[in-house]
Amino acid sequence: MGENMKKLISLLSAIVISFVSFTGIALSADSKKPIVIPTHNWSSQVVMAYVIGGIFEDMGNNVEYVPADSQAVYESIRIGDVTISHEVWESAFGKSFTTALDKGGLLDWGDHEARTLEDMGYPNWVAKLCPGLPDWNALKNKDCAKNFVTPDSGGKGRMLEGPQTWHGDLIPQRIEALGLGDLWTVKFAGSADALWAELAAAKKEGRGTIIFNWTPNFTDGAGFTFIDFPPYTAGCRPEDGGDGKCGSPDGYLKKAVNADFPKTHPKAAAMFKKLSFSTGQIGAMAALVDIDKMTHEDAAKKWLKDNKKVWKKFTK
Amino acid sequence: MELLKKYPKLFQWLFLLIVFFALCFSIDVPETYKFIRGQAEFIKDPNQSTYTLFGKEVRYYAFDVLWRLPPLLGWLPIWVNDSLFFLLNEWMPMEFWNEDTQEFKTRPLVLQITRNITAFMTFLIELIREILLGGVKTVVAFSSWDWIDKNPWAELPGLPWTIVTAGAVILGYKLSGKGLAIFAGLVMIYISVFGQWKPSMQTLSFILVAAPLSFIFGLTLGVMAYKSKRVEKALYPILLVMQTMPQYAVLVPAMVLFGIGDHAAVIITMVVAIPPMILLTLLGLRAVSSEVIEAGKMSGCNNWQLMTKVLIPTARRDILIGVNQVIMVCFSMAVIAAFIGAKGLGWNLLLALNQLNIGLALEAGLCISMIAILLDKMSLAWANKQEDYFGNLTFFQRYKNTLFFAGAVLIGAILAYAGSFLFKDSFNYFSEIPHNKGISFADFWNKGVDWIWDTFFQTLKIFNTWLITEVLQPMRALYLRMPAVATVVLVVGAGYIIGGIRSALVTAGLVLFIALSPWWDRALVTTYMATFGVIASCTIGLTVGTLCQQNQYTTKFMLAVCDIFQTFPSFVYLIPVMMLFGITDTSVLIAVIVYATIPATRYTIEGLRSVPTALHDAASMSGVTKLQRLINIEFPIAFPHMMLGVNQTIVFALFMVIIGAFIGTEDLGQYILKALSDKAGGGKGLILGICVAFIALIFDNLIRTWVQKRKKHLGID
Repeated sequence: MGENMKKLISLLSAIVISFVSFTGIALSADSKKPIVIPTHNWSSQVVMAYVIGGIFEDMGNNVEYVPADSQAVYESIRIGDVTISHEVWESAFGKSFTTALDKGGLLDWGDHEARTLEDMGYPNWVAKLCPGLPDWNALKNKDCAKNFVTPDSGGKGRMLEGPQTWHGDLIPQRIEALGLGDLWTVKFAGSADALWAELAAAKKEGRGTIIFNWTPNFTDGAGFTFIDFPPYTAGCRPEDGGDGKCGSPDGYLKKAVNADFPKTHPKAAAMFKKLSFSTGQIGAMAALVDIDKMTHEDAAKKWLKDNKKVWKKFTK
Repeated sequence: MELLKKYPKLFQWLFLLIVFFALCFSIDVPETYKFIRGQAEFIKDPNQSTYTLFGKEVRYYAFDVLWRLPPLLGWLPIWVNDSLFFLLNEWMPMEFWNEDTQEFKTRPLVLQITRNITAFMTFLIELIREILLGGVKTVVAFSSWDWIDKNPWAELPGLPWTIVTAGAVILGYKLSGKGLAIFAGLVMIYISVFGQWKPSMQTLSFILVAAPLSFIFGLTLGVMAYKSKRVEKALYPILLVMQTMPQYAVLVPAMVLFGIGDHAAVIITMVVAIPPMILLTLLGLRAVSSEVIEAGKMSGCNNWQLMTKVLIPTARRDILIGVNQVIMVCFSMAVIAAFIGAKGLGWNLLLALNQLNIGLALEAGLCISMIAILLDKMSLAWANKQEDYFGNLTFFQRYKNTLFFAGAVLIGAILAYAGSFLFKDSFNYFSEIPHNKGISFADFWNKGVDWIWDTFFQTLKIFNTWLITEVLQPMRALYLRMPAVATVVLVVGAGYIIGGIRSALVTAGLVLFIALSPWWDRALVTTYMATFGVIASCTIGLTVGTLCQQNQYTTKFMLAVCDIFQTFPSFVYLIPVMMLFGITDTSVLIAVIVYATIPATRYTIEGLRSVPTALHDAASMSGVTKLQRLINIEFPIAFPHMMLGVNQTIVFALFMVIIGAFIGTEDLGQYILKALSDKAGGGKGLILGICVAFIALIFDNLIRTWVQKRKKHLGID
């Protein structure tokens, strides 16, 4: 790096530091610096972001929303680019969350009342194609598997798992471990969009499909059943040294904050710690967008207006 | 023997193919081999081999070296990642005063520097954004959040859409006359009436920062490379890799270094947009004849004057193509940038797609394309405009545009003010038409998609099944069946035959890098999809290009279509394609073909155009038919240029194969996507991107060398 470059950088830094510096204030009140809330690409999360933002604003805080990748966001919270995360799904994001937690700079800020389940399942009309569902033993039936064959599945029934980003090889390993490998194969979809496209296409065509899904989600309303795999026990997964013959755990839905947040915004942080939504409440938020076709902002405004009782108690 | 002397190359190729197939047939597939679904590092398996290099443990399945090379470079991604992490998190920690918590905080230097650079960019973006849309951050930058809280009047109001539209129309008129003015007006009104104003202005604000910065950096670096051989030598390999690296691979390292938000979006857009600008600047400056430079020197220019008054104006044509490229690239990044926090159209588009609302996504996508084309046309007109030094203008003539704009501001402001009374309880339509209150044809488009589904689904399904079982699956199996040694021999041999020992060495280096990475199988799958896409795209592009080139109107029309498709976000048609063809390779390939046909068509048209008309006439006079002329004269002469189109087609096809990861592939792209959440994601994303770039560079090297020789042979250089 040349001398000029160095000078330039130090000059830039000087300018910038003076731009971004803020006058200090007594710590008892919340800083007016905006709280940065991430938005991801599924409805309930975006609506909840605006709901929480609305509550913060009601308390007199400034808020800013930033689109972010749902996996990468924990690193951003840790560094301080993003302030909070309000939907940490155990099965999908638990790993990224704990990685960031261990590196430091991010705090576990408690659970929502809602519990989460993320596993393989099917839209309800599929049940008749495979008698015995939702018990996983029904999958051992050859006649069941053949209803799920696709051109590229090599004659086996195909299950559509989410992107490999989400759980690595968990599902293929489970299928092998349960002895279903001869009848079933697992294909990875590239994104949540791909899952919904498959769901919509299967519905139009009236064919069977088994996809990865989660609850609470907008699919709850249309009827979606999860397959009952053998119950999850601690350490049953291959990555923890187990044999892999188990389904997904009843998972947490956590909140996370940047470590400085409680210092800069003590009141907002206290509220966010108390904040807890139930499955029904989250589903209702998502439904305003997915079913009533409102925009995310309008949905949040409506929810806040209609549910004052629910959220006012978090602010006390 | 006669034959051998006459066609030596042909026999060299034959010999190479014989060796290749002999290797393929003599090396059997090891019994334990299967296409590795998960990466070996996830599972601890006693069958795996391990080695430790530079303190990084690499686990892999070992096979016969002739079949698959061991991943001797497996430590590299982890090492790159750890270095990056060290640089950002541990290197030179310093105490920084944190105003918010009122305490000192230790932060590593690099992290602090990257954040400071980006804070400056955020300021620029917010400044433009708040002029267009209103807000408080610009004022806050000079005061504080507390101050703005107590003085809410200081919030910037934002320009009403009427004023911005009038401004665009006047600017269009000033730059190139009525045509552009009407186009500018239509684009702006479309955006506003369809309720896309706010996201459009958000997108525009980050592009208005990224594009000029890319232009300035690109031009400066291009000039530096022109002046100094050393700079050029250092830049050239980086440029080549950057030009062929899929944009998506830059995301992860950029996110690690610069965080998320609009500023990070600006950075990755710049990273992608600067290389073509540098290359075209360099190309343009090189082409300036020495007589022009002499003339400049004789009239007593100093170095700076020579550059700004002589060289750059003379090289303007190529620099202009650079500007065009910068703008196109910036807009093509609008959606990808949304993954790391760019607000605006790209993000709305992704949200709409997540709800399978294709119509809404289409409208947002069209906005991106139209603004891109408008900006492109404006910048071209601006650059082509000649300064009128001699005009003897009156005050009104000289300042009429300014006056008109001042008038528009006044009327717009009055309208907006009146609007605030008129639409008392609802939105002020004279200021900004909100997102969901504009007209929308989304339902119409969605119905259209439904109709296509209902009408064609059965036919498409039969076609899809046939394509997958009869063509794609066997082709994929063949690619995976190639022993690594055979592939390497084939690539290096082709390099030797085409370009001699030099090309052979370059291609050997590139292919060995991929073969020694942990992702050889994945790279084969990527190559299989790219090959299929390139063959299909070139066939379509060549046919369409040739047909359209016969008539100047169809030519113009086709080039406009190419412009639209190049900036139209591919994510929009990914969803309907997925619904029609399922989560299969067919879907990915259709997206690939749509995108990669653009350069194939464009270069065919331009290649045929470049055939001198004198030759046409000469041919016609010697009595050949139109078809004969096309086959025997135009194609051979346009061929080198068209081969450069093939080169671009390969790059475009690879980009799209990588984005195909969003549908669901098992190739390098899926791993790049995965790097987003991976512990060692930064390093892996980068090395995976380099692997993709190297695939493109192998073909690039072969094609370019061949084209150069061919051009010399034809005497057109």
